[in-house]
Amino acid sequence: MITIFIPTPLRRFAAEQAKVNVNAKNVAEAIRSLTSIHPSLTPYIYDEAELIRKHVRIYLGEDDIREKDGINTLLKEGDELSIIPAIAGGSI
Amino acid sequence: MRQALEEIKFSKEELERYSRHLIIPEFNIEGQKKLKHARVLVVGTGGLGAPLLLYLTAAGVGTIGIVDFDIVDYSNLQRQVLFTTADVGRPKVEAARERLSALNPFVQFEVFNTRLDSTNALDIISQFDIVADGTDNFPTRYLVNDACVLAGKVNVFASIFRFEGQASVFNYLYADGSRGPNYRDLFPTPPPPGLVPSCAEGGVIGVLPGILGSLQANEVIKVVSGVGEPLAGRFFQFDAAEFKTRIFKISKDPENPLTGQNPTQTELIDYEFFCGINPNHTTMSNHDSKGQLSVTTLNDWIKSGKDFQLIDVREPYEFEIANIGGTLIPKGEILKHLEKIDPHKDVAFLCRSGKRSQDVIDLLQKEYGLKNLYNIAGGILAWADEIDPGMAKY
Repeated sequence: MITIFIPTPLRRFAAEQAKVNVNAKNVAEAIRSLTSIHPSLTPYIYDEAELIRKHVRIYLGEDDIREKDGINTLLKEGDELSIIPAIAGGSI
Repeated sequence: MRQALEEIKFSKEELERYSRHLIIPEFNIEGQKKLKHARVLVVGTGGLGAPLLLYLTAAGVGTIGIVDFDIVDYSNLQRQVLFTTADVGRPKVEAARERLSALNPFVQFEVFNTRLDSTNALDIISQFDIVADGTDNFPTRYLVNDACVLAGKVNVFASIFRFEGQASVFNYLYADGSRGPNYRDLFPTPPPPGLVPSCAEGGVIGVLPGILGSLQANEVIKVVSGVGEPLAGRFFQFDAAEFKTRIFKISKDPENPLTGQNPTQTELIDYEFFCGINPNHTTMSNHDSKGQLSVTTLNDWIKSGKDFQLIDVREPYEFEIANIGGTLIPKGEILKHLEKIDPHKDVAFLCRSGKRSQDVIDLLQKEYGLKNLYNIAGGILAWADEIDPGMAKY
Protein backbone atom coordinates (compact mmCIF):
# COMPACT_ATOMS: atom_id res chain seq x y z
CA MET A 1 0.00 0.00 0.00
CA ILE A 2 1.28 3.46 -0.98
CA THR A 3 -0.03 6.58 0.76
CA ILE A 4 -0.45 9.74 -1.32
CA PHE A 5 -0.85 12.97 0.63
CA ILE A 6 -3.23 15.44 -1.00
CA PRO A 7 -2.38 19.11 -0.34
CA THR A 8 -5.21 21.25 1.02
CA PRO A 9 -5.78 23.20 -2.25
CA LEU A 10 -6.52 19.96 -4.14
CA ARG A 11 -8.66 18.25 -1.53
CA ARG A 12 -11.90 19.50 -2.96
CA PHE A 13 -11.08 17.48 -6.08
CA ALA A 14 -10.40 14.40 -3.95
CA ALA A 15 -13.59 14.15 -1.89
CA GLU A 16 -11.91 16.26 0.84
CA GLN A 17 -9.47 13.43 1.61
CA ALA A 18 -6.09 14.36 3.15
CA LYS A 19 -4.57 11.09 1.93
CA VAL A 20 -5.43 8.34 -0.48
CA ASN A 21 -4.05 4.80 -0.39
CA VAL A 22 -3.24 3.04 -3.63
CA ASN A 23 -1.41 -0.08 -4.81
CA ALA A 24 1.35 0.74 -7.26
CA LYS A 25 4.80 -0.39 -8.35
CA ASN A 26 6.05 3.04 -9.37
CA VAL A 27 5.17 6.72 -9.10
CA ALA A 28 3.40 6.90 -12.48
CA GLU A 29 1.15 4.00 -11.52
CA ALA A 30 0.42 5.53 -8.13
CA ILE A 31 -0.62 8.88 -9.60
CA ARG A 32 -2.68 7.17 -12.28
CA SER A 33 -4.47 5.17 -9.59
CA LEU A 34 -5.13 8.37 -7.70
CA THR A 35 -6.61 10.15 -10.71
CA SER A 36 -8.74 7.12 -11.57
CA ILE A 37 -10.20 7.19 -8.04
CA HIS A 38 -10.60 11.01 -8.20
CA PRO A 39 -10.80 12.00 -11.89
CA SER A 40 -11.40 15.68 -11.03
CA LEU A 41 -7.76 15.85 -9.89
CA THR A 42 -6.46 15.01 -13.37
CA PRO A 43 -6.16 18.53 -14.88
CA TYR A 44 -4.48 19.80 -11.71
CA ILE A 45 -1.73 17.19 -11.93
CA TYR A 46 -1.30 16.40 -15.63
CA ASP A 47 -0.98 18.82 -18.52
CA GLU A 48 -2.48 18.29 -21.98
CA ALA A 49 0.47 16.08 -22.94
CA GLU A 50 -0.23 13.95 -19.85
CA LEU A 51 3.01 15.02 -18.22
CA ILE A 52 3.12 16.10 -14.58
CA ARG A 53 2.55 19.86 -14.61
CA LYS A 54 5.62 22.00 -13.99
CA HIS A 55 4.08 23.82 -11.06
CA VAL A 56 3.44 20.51 -9.30
CA ARG A 57 6.20 18.58 -7.54
CA ILE A 58 5.95 14.98 -6.44
CA TYR A 59 7.97 13.88 -3.43
CA LEU A 60 8.79 10.39 -2.25
CA GLY A 61 9.37 10.83 1.44
CA GLU A 62 11.37 14.06 1.58
CA ASP A 63 13.00 13.64 -1.84
CA ASP A 64 11.86 15.10 -5.15
CA ILE A 65 11.23 12.25 -7.60
CA ARG A 66 13.20 14.34 -10.13
CA GLU A 67 16.29 13.38 -8.12
CA LYS A 68 15.38 9.70 -8.46
CA ASP A 69 13.90 8.13 -11.59
CA GLY A 70 11.09 10.66 -12.05
CA ILE A 71 7.72 9.03 -12.53
CA ASN A 72 9.46 5.69 -13.09
CA THR A 73 10.78 5.73 -9.52
CA LEU A 74 10.02 2.35 -7.97
CA LEU A 75 7.88 2.26 -4.85
CA LYS A 76 7.81 -0.21 -2.00
CA GLU A 77 5.16 -1.09 0.55
CA GLY A 78 4.57 1.75 2.99
CA ASP A 79 6.10 4.50 0.82
CA GLU A 80 4.61 7.97 1.10
CA LEU A 81 4.13 10.34 -1.84
CA SER A 82 3.34 14.04 -1.46
CA ILE A 83 1.92 16.30 -4.15
CA ILE A 84 3.04 19.90 -3.81
CA PRO A 85 1.50 22.56 -6.07
CA ALA A 86 2.74 26.14 -6.30
CA ILE A 87 0.47 28.51 -4.42
CA ALA A 88 0.54 32.30 -4.42
CA GLY A 89 -1.77 33.90 -1.94
CA GLY A 90 -5.39 34.63 -1.41
CA SER A 91 -6.02 36.86 -4.37
CA ILE A 92 -4.61 38.06 -7.63
CA MET B 1 27.00 56.65 4.15
CA ARG B 2 26.42 53.27 5.70
CA GLN B 3 27.97 52.69 9.11
CA ALA B 4 30.47 49.81 9.29
CA LEU B 5 29.37 46.79 11.31
CA GLU B 6 32.24 47.30 13.78
CA GLU B 7 31.14 50.85 14.47
CA ILE B 8 27.55 49.94 15.43
CA LYS B 9 26.75 51.19 18.95
CA PHE B 10 23.63 50.98 21.09
CA SER B 11 22.07 53.54 23.40
CA LYS B 12 20.86 52.61 26.88
CA GLU B 13 17.27 52.50 25.56
CA GLU B 14 18.26 50.16 22.76
CA LEU B 15 20.20 47.86 25.11
CA GLU B 16 17.14 47.60 27.33
CA ARG B 17 14.78 47.16 24.36
CA TYR B 18 16.84 44.31 22.87
CA SER B 19 17.92 42.74 26.17
CA ARG B 20 16.06 39.45 25.53
CA HIS B 21 18.19 39.00 22.40
CA LEU B 22 21.38 40.09 24.13
CA ILE B 23 21.12 37.42 26.82
CA ILE B 24 20.76 34.53 24.35
CA PRO B 25 24.33 33.16 24.39
CA GLU B 26 24.39 32.29 20.65
CA PHE B 27 22.84 35.60 19.63
CA ASN B 28 24.13 38.25 22.06
CA ILE B 29 25.22 41.75 21.11
CA GLU B 30 27.05 40.51 18.00
CA GLY B 31 23.77 39.22 16.54
CA GLN B 32 22.04 42.45 17.47
CA LYS B 33 24.76 44.50 15.77
CA LYS B 34 24.25 42.51 12.59
CA LEU B 35 20.52 43.19 12.77
CA LYS B 36 21.07 46.90 13.24
CA HIS B 37 23.55 46.96 10.38
CA ALA B 38 21.17 45.09 8.06
CA ARG B 39 19.01 46.49 5.26
CA VAL B 40 15.99 44.23 4.69
CA LEU B 41 13.41 44.72 1.95
CA VAL B 42 9.87 43.47 2.60
CA VAL B 43 7.84 43.16 -0.61
CA GLY B 44 4.14 43.47 0.15
CA THR B 45 2.49 44.70 3.32
CA GLY B 46 -0.36 42.19 3.29
CA GLY B 47 -1.03 39.09 5.36
CA LEU B 48 2.60 37.92 5.30
CA GLY B 49 4.07 41.42 5.32
CA ALA B 50 2.24 42.38 8.51
CA PRO B 51 3.92 39.92 10.91
CA LEU B 52 7.18 40.18 8.94
CA LEU B 53 7.31 43.94 9.37
CA LEU B 54 6.12 43.93 12.98
CA TYR B 55 8.68 41.35 14.10
CA LEU B 56 11.59 42.69 12.05
CA THR B 57 10.89 46.17 13.42
CA ALA B 58 10.54 44.92 16.98
CA ALA B 59 13.73 42.86 16.58
CA GLY B 60 15.74 45.94 15.62
CA VAL B 61 16.65 45.50 11.96
CA GLY B 62 18.45 48.76 11.18
CA THR B 63 16.80 49.68 7.89
CA ILE B 64 13.61 48.19 6.51
CA GLY B 65 12.41 48.83 2.96
CA ILE B 66 8.69 48.50 2.33
CA VAL B 67 7.18 48.12 -1.16
CA ASP B 68 3.46 48.20 -1.82
CA PHE B 69 1.18 50.10 -4.18
CA ASP B 70 -2.09 49.30 -2.51
CA ILE B 71 -4.41 51.12 -0.15
CA VAL B 72 -5.88 49.61 3.02
CA ASP B 73 -9.25 47.97 2.40
CA TYR B 74 -11.83 46.55 4.83
CA SER B 75 -11.23 43.05 3.46
CA ASN B 76 -7.56 43.31 4.54
CA LEU B 77 -8.28 43.63 8.24
CA GLN B 78 -9.17 39.94 8.75
CA ARG B 79 -5.42 39.10 8.54
CA GLN B 80 -3.30 42.20 7.95
CA VAL B 81 -2.77 43.00 11.62
CA LEU B 82 -0.48 45.90 10.82
CA PHE B 83 -3.51 48.07 10.07
CA THR B 84 -6.45 49.41 12.06
CA THR B 85 -9.96 50.25 10.96
CA ALA B 86 -8.98 53.92 10.87
CA ASP B 87 -6.34 53.11 8.21
CA VAL B 88 -8.93 52.02 5.61
CA GLY B 89 -8.43 54.14 2.49
CA ARG B 90 -4.81 55.10 3.33
CA PRO B 91 -1.79 53.98 1.29
CA LYS B 92 -0.50 50.84 2.95
CA VAL B 93 3.13 51.96 3.04
CA GLU B 94 2.19 55.15 4.90
CA ALA B 95 -0.01 53.41 7.45
CA ALA B 96 2.74 50.79 7.89
CA ARG B 97 5.49 53.35 8.41
CA GLU B 98 3.45 55.21 11.02
CA ARG B 99 2.56 52.04 12.96
CA LEU B 100 6.09 50.61 12.79
CA SER B 101 7.84 53.87 13.70
CA ALA B 102 5.68 54.01 16.81
CA LEU B 103 6.72 50.44 17.62
CA ASN B 104 10.46 51.10 17.25
CA PRO B 105 11.83 54.62 16.64
CA PHE B 106 15.36 53.23 16.24
CA VAL B 107 14.50 51.65 12.87
CA GLN B 108 14.86 53.55 9.59
CA PHE B 109 12.14 52.98 7.00
CA GLU B 110 12.48 53.46 3.26
CA VAL B 111 9.07 53.19 1.62
CA PHE B 112 8.28 52.62 -2.05
CA ASN B 113 4.64 53.43 -2.76
CA THR B 114 4.74 51.63 -6.06
CA ARG B 115 4.05 48.29 -7.73
CA LEU B 116 7.24 46.26 -8.00
CA ASP B 117 7.73 45.48 -11.68
CA SER B 118 10.43 44.64 -14.19
CA THR B 119 11.40 48.29 -14.60
CA ASN B 120 12.12 49.03 -10.93
CA ALA B 121 12.72 45.69 -9.19
CA LEU B 122 16.49 45.44 -9.72
CA ASP B 123 17.02 49.05 -8.69
CA ILE B 124 14.99 48.68 -5.48
CA ILE B 125 16.25 45.21 -4.54
CA SER B 126 19.89 46.17 -5.13
CA GLN B 127 19.63 48.75 -2.35
CA PHE B 128 19.09 46.00 0.26
CA ASP B 129 20.98 43.02 1.69
CA ILE B 130 18.14 40.54 1.85
CA VAL B 131 14.57 40.32 0.58
CA ALA B 132 11.45 38.87 2.21
CA ASP B 133 8.75 38.07 -0.33
CA GLY B 134 5.27 38.59 1.06
CA THR B 135 3.45 39.01 -2.23
CA ASP B 136 0.24 37.29 -3.26
CA ASN B 137 0.47 36.50 -6.96
CA PHE B 138 2.57 34.45 -9.36
CA PRO B 139 3.94 37.23 -11.60
CA THR B 140 5.43 39.06 -8.61
CA ARG B 141 6.73 35.79 -7.12
CA TYR B 142 8.75 35.09 -10.25
CA LEU B 143 9.79 38.73 -10.53
CA VAL B 144 11.12 38.81 -6.94
CA ASN B 145 12.85 35.46 -7.40
CA ASP B 146 14.54 36.41 -10.66
CA ALA B 147 15.54 39.86 -9.42
CA CYS B 148 17.05 38.35 -6.26
CA VAL B 149 19.04 35.83 -8.31
CA LEU B 150 20.25 38.51 -10.76
CA ALA B 151 21.11 40.96 -7.95
CA GLY B 152 22.66 38.27 -5.75
CA LYS B 153 20.27 38.61 -2.80
CA VAL B 154 18.84 36.00 -0.47
CA ASN B 155 15.06 35.65 -0.91
CA VAL B 156 13.16 34.57 2.20
CA PHE B 157 9.95 33.12 0.81
CA ALA B 158 6.53 32.20 2.14
CA SER B 159 3.25 31.63 0.38
CA ILE B 160 -0.23 30.83 1.56
CA PHE B 161 -3.54 29.66 0.14
CA ARG B 162 -6.63 28.85 2.16
CA PHE B 163 -5.22 26.32 4.69
CA GLU B 164 -1.86 25.71 2.97
CA GLY B 165 1.42 27.39 3.87
CA GLN B 166 4.83 27.09 2.21
CA ALA B 167 8.18 28.59 3.15
CA SER B 168 11.82 28.42 2.06
CA VAL B 169 15.01 30.45 1.88
CA PHE B 170 16.01 30.86 -1.77
CA ASN B 171 19.34 31.81 -3.33
CA TYR B 172 21.04 31.42 0.05
CA LEU B 173 24.72 32.37 0.07
CA TYR B 174 26.82 29.58 1.55
CA ALA B 175 30.20 30.15 3.18
CA ASP B 176 31.96 28.73 0.11
CA GLY B 177 30.33 31.38 -2.09
CA SER B 178 27.87 28.99 -3.73
CA ARG B 179 24.14 29.70 -3.87
CA GLY B 180 21.24 27.56 -2.73
CA PRO B 181 18.31 26.66 -4.98
CA ASN B 182 15.72 29.27 -5.95
CA TYR B 183 11.99 29.33 -6.69
CA ARG B 184 12.49 28.23 -10.31
CA ASP B 185 14.28 25.09 -9.15
CA LEU B 186 11.11 24.19 -7.29
CA PHE B 187 8.47 25.44 -9.71
CA PRO B 188 9.96 26.09 -13.18
CA THR B 189 6.78 27.70 -14.49
CA PRO B 190 3.57 28.96 -12.92
CA PRO B 191 0.27 27.16 -13.29
CA PRO B 192 -1.59 28.07 -16.46
CA PRO B 193 -4.13 30.84 -15.90
CA GLY B 194 -7.59 29.55 -15.22
CA LEU B 195 -6.28 26.42 -13.52
CA VAL B 196 -5.44 28.12 -10.25
CA PRO B 197 -8.23 29.64 -8.26
CA SER B 198 -8.09 33.40 -8.44
CA CYS B 199 -9.81 36.36 -6.86
CA ALA B 200 -12.43 35.22 -4.42
CA GLU B 201 -12.17 31.64 -5.60
CA GLY B 202 -9.05 31.73 -3.43
CA GLY B 203 -9.29 33.03 0.09
CA VAL B 204 -7.11 32.36 3.10
CA ILE B 205 -7.70 31.56 6.73
CA GLY B 206 -6.70 34.78 8.52
CA VAL B 207 -4.21 33.33 11.04
CA LEU B 208 -2.23 31.39 8.43
CA PRO B 209 -0.23 34.35 7.04
CA GLY B 210 0.47 35.28 10.66
CA ILE B 211 2.11 31.88 11.18
CA LEU B 212 4.02 31.81 7.88
CA GLY B 213 5.04 35.49 8.04
CA SER B 214 6.41 34.90 11.53
CA LEU B 215 8.44 31.94 10.27
CA GLN B 216 9.72 34.19 7.48
CA ALA B 217 10.75 36.88 9.98
CA ASN B 218 12.61 34.21 11.97
CA GLU B 219 14.47 33.07 8.84
CA VAL B 220 15.39 36.68 8.00
CA ILE B 221 16.81 37.13 11.49
CA LYS B 222 18.73 33.84 11.22
CA VAL B 223 20.19 34.72 7.82
CA VAL B 224 21.20 38.21 8.96
CA SER B 225 22.66 37.13 12.29
CA GLY B 226 24.21 33.89 11.02
CA VAL B 227 22.63 32.03 13.93
CA GLY B 228 21.09 28.59 13.34
CA GLU B 229 20.54 26.66 10.13
CA PRO B 230 18.41 28.55 7.59
CA LEU B 231 15.65 26.86 5.59
CA ALA B 232 17.84 26.83 2.47
CA GLY B 233 17.67 23.89 0.05
CA ARG B 234 14.62 22.82 2.01
CA PHE B 235 10.95 23.50 1.66
CA PHE B 236 8.48 23.74 4.53
CA GLN B 237 4.86 22.81 4.05
CA PHE B 238 2.17 23.51 6.64
CA ASP B 239 -1.31 22.03 6.44
CA ALA B 240 -3.29 24.17 8.85
CA ALA B 241 -6.42 22.06 8.39
CA GLU B 242 -4.86 18.80 9.61
CA PHE B 243 -2.00 20.42 11.54
CA LYS B 244 0.66 18.58 9.60
CA THR B 245 4.09 19.98 8.86
CA ARG B 246 6.55 18.50 6.39
CA ILE B 247 9.98 19.46 5.16
CA PHE B 248 11.18 18.46 1.69
CA LYS B 249 14.56 18.78 0.00
CA ILE B 250 14.90 21.15 -2.93
CA SER B 251 17.44 20.21 -5.54
CA LYS B 252 18.81 22.43 -8.26
CA ASP B 253 17.15 22.05 -11.64
CA PRO B 254 19.76 21.76 -14.43
CA GLU B 255 17.19 23.42 -16.71
CA ASN B 256 16.71 26.48 -14.50
CA PRO B 257 16.83 29.40 -17.01
CA LEU B 258 18.73 31.58 -14.50
CA THR B 259 21.07 29.21 -12.70
CA GLY B 260 20.94 25.93 -14.64
CA GLN B 261 23.58 24.39 -16.87
CA ASN B 262 22.73 26.59 -19.86
CA PRO B 263 21.23 29.80 -18.51
CA THR B 264 19.09 31.57 -21.08
CA GLN B 265 17.80 34.43 -18.99
CA THR B 266 20.08 37.28 -17.98
CA GLU B 267 17.53 39.99 -17.32
CA LEU B 268 14.01 40.48 -16.03
CA ILE B 269 11.15 39.57 -18.35
CA ASP B 270 7.45 40.44 -18.73
CA TYR B 271 6.03 38.44 -15.81
CA GLU B 272 2.37 39.04 -16.57
CA PHE B 273 2.97 37.54 -19.99
CA PHE B 274 5.09 34.74 -18.50
CA CYS B 275 2.15 33.84 -16.24
CA GLY B 276 -0.26 33.98 -19.17
CA ILE B 277 -2.10 36.99 -17.87
CA ASN B 278 -3.50 39.35 -20.47
CA PRO B 279 -3.47 42.77 -18.83
CA ASN B 280 -6.20 44.03 -21.19
CA HIS B 281 -8.60 41.63 -19.58
CA THR B 282 -7.94 42.65 -16.02
CA THR B 283 -7.81 46.42 -16.26
CA MET B 284 -10.89 48.30 -15.22
CA SER B 285 -12.56 49.84 -18.19
CA ASN B 286 -14.85 52.82 -18.14
CA HIS B 287 -15.70 52.65 -21.78
CA ASP B 288 -17.24 49.92 -23.85
CA SER B 289 -14.32 48.60 -25.85
CA LYS B 290 -14.87 45.55 -28.02
CA GLY B 291 -16.74 42.91 -26.05
CA GLN B 292 -16.35 44.88 -22.83
CA LEU B 293 -19.32 46.39 -21.07
CA SER B 294 -18.83 49.09 -18.47
CA VAL B 295 -20.94 48.92 -15.32
CA THR B 296 -22.45 52.28 -16.34
CA THR B 297 -23.73 50.81 -19.59
CA LEU B 298 -24.91 47.71 -17.76
CA ASN B 299 -26.85 49.96 -15.42
CA ASP B 300 -28.36 51.74 -18.44
CA TRP B 301 -29.36 48.37 -19.93
CA ILE B 302 -31.09 47.40 -16.72
CA LYS B 303 -32.83 50.74 -16.26
CA SER B 304 -33.99 50.90 -19.88
CA GLY B 305 -35.55 47.43 -19.62
CA LYS B 306 -33.35 46.09 -22.43
CA ASP B 307 -33.99 42.42 -23.17
CA PHE B 308 -30.64 40.80 -22.33
CA GLN B 309 -29.35 37.96 -20.19
CA LEU B 310 -27.08 38.47 -17.16
CA ILE B 311 -25.00 35.49 -16.10
CA ASP B 312 -22.98 35.57 -12.88
CA VAL B 313 -20.09 33.08 -13.06
CA ARG B 314 -18.98 33.36 -9.44
CA GLU B 315 -19.38 30.73 -6.72
CA PRO B 316 -22.67 30.56 -4.73
CA TYR B 317 -20.96 31.77 -1.53
CA GLU B 318 -19.71 34.84 -3.39
CA PHE B 319 -23.17 35.49 -4.82
CA GLU B 320 -24.47 35.55 -1.25
CA ILE B 321 -22.05 38.33 -0.26
CA ALA B 322 -23.15 40.63 -3.06
CA ASN B 323 -25.14 40.24 -6.26
CA ILE B 324 -27.19 42.16 -8.80
CA GLY B 325 -29.45 39.28 -9.76
CA GLY B 326 -28.98 37.33 -12.96
CA THR B 327 -28.48 33.61 -13.46
CA LEU B 328 -25.81 32.04 -11.27
CA ILE B 329 -23.64 29.53 -13.14
CA PRO B 330 -20.18 29.10 -11.56
CA LYS B 331 -17.33 29.24 -14.07
CA GLY B 332 -16.44 25.59 -13.53
CA GLU B 333 -19.98 24.45 -14.39
CA ILE B 334 -20.60 26.61 -17.42
CA LEU B 335 -20.19 23.79 -19.95
CA LYS B 336 -22.77 21.69 -18.10
CA HIS B 337 -25.31 24.47 -18.46
CA LEU B 338 -24.80 25.66 -22.03
CA GLU B 339 -28.54 25.32 -22.64
CA LYS B 340 -29.16 28.13 -20.17
CA ILE B 341 -27.29 30.62 -22.35
CA ASP B 342 -29.76 32.33 -24.68
CA PRO B 343 -28.29 32.43 -28.24
CA HIS B 344 -30.83 35.00 -29.36
CA LYS B 345 -30.02 37.72 -26.82
CA ASP B 346 -27.08 39.82 -25.77
CA VAL B 347 -25.49 38.02 -22.83
CA ALA B 348 -23.50 39.89 -20.16
CA PHE B 349 -21.14 37.90 -17.94
CA LEU B 350 -20.27 39.03 -14.43
CA CYS B 351 -17.68 37.91 -11.87
CA ARG B 352 -15.79 39.64 -9.07
CA SER B 353 -13.22 41.62 -11.06
CA GLY B 354 -13.96 40.78 -14.71
CA LYS B 355 -11.32 38.10 -15.14
CA ARG B 356 -13.22 34.87 -14.68
CA SER B 357 -16.09 36.18 -16.80
CA GLN B 358 -13.62 36.97 -19.60
CA ASP B 359 -12.21 33.43 -19.35
CA VAL B 360 -15.74 32.07 -19.75
CA ILE B 361 -16.38 34.28 -22.78
CA ASP B 362 -13.07 33.30 -24.38
CA LEU B 363 -14.01 29.65 -23.94
CA LEU B 364 -17.55 30.03 -25.28
CA GLN B 365 -16.40 32.03 -28.29
CA LYS B 366 -13.50 29.75 -29.15
CA GLU B 367 -15.07 26.35 -28.54
CA TYR B 368 -18.72 27.00 -29.28
CA GLY B 369 -18.65 30.05 -31.53
CA LEU B 370 -21.19 31.86 -29.39
CA LYS B 371 -21.74 35.52 -30.24
CA ASN B 372 -23.15 38.61 -28.56
CA LEU B 373 -21.24 37.93 -25.37
CA TYR B 374 -20.18 40.87 -23.21
CA ASN B 375 -17.73 40.96 -20.34
CA ILE B 376 -18.69 43.29 -17.52
CA ALA B 377 -15.41 45.14 -17.07
CA GLY B 378 -14.26 45.38 -13.45
CA GLY B 379 -16.96 42.94 -12.33
CA ILE B 380 -19.06 43.43 -9.26
CA LEU B 381 -16.23 45.40 -7.63
CA ALA B 382 -16.68 48.10 -10.29
CA TRP B 383 -20.44 47.98 -9.74
CA ALA B 384 -19.89 48.59 -6.01
CA ASP B 385 -17.45 51.42 -6.77
CA GLU B 386 -19.42 53.21 -9.46
CA ILE B 387 -23.10 52.29 -9.19
CA ASP B 388 -23.95 51.03 -5.70
CA PRO B 389 -21.63 52.27 -2.93
CA GLY B 390 -23.79 50.41 -0.39
CA MET B 391 -22.72 47.07 -1.83
CA ALA B 392 -20.13 45.05 0.13
CA LYS B 393 -16.77 44.57 -1.61
CA TYR B 394 -14.90 41.40 -0.86
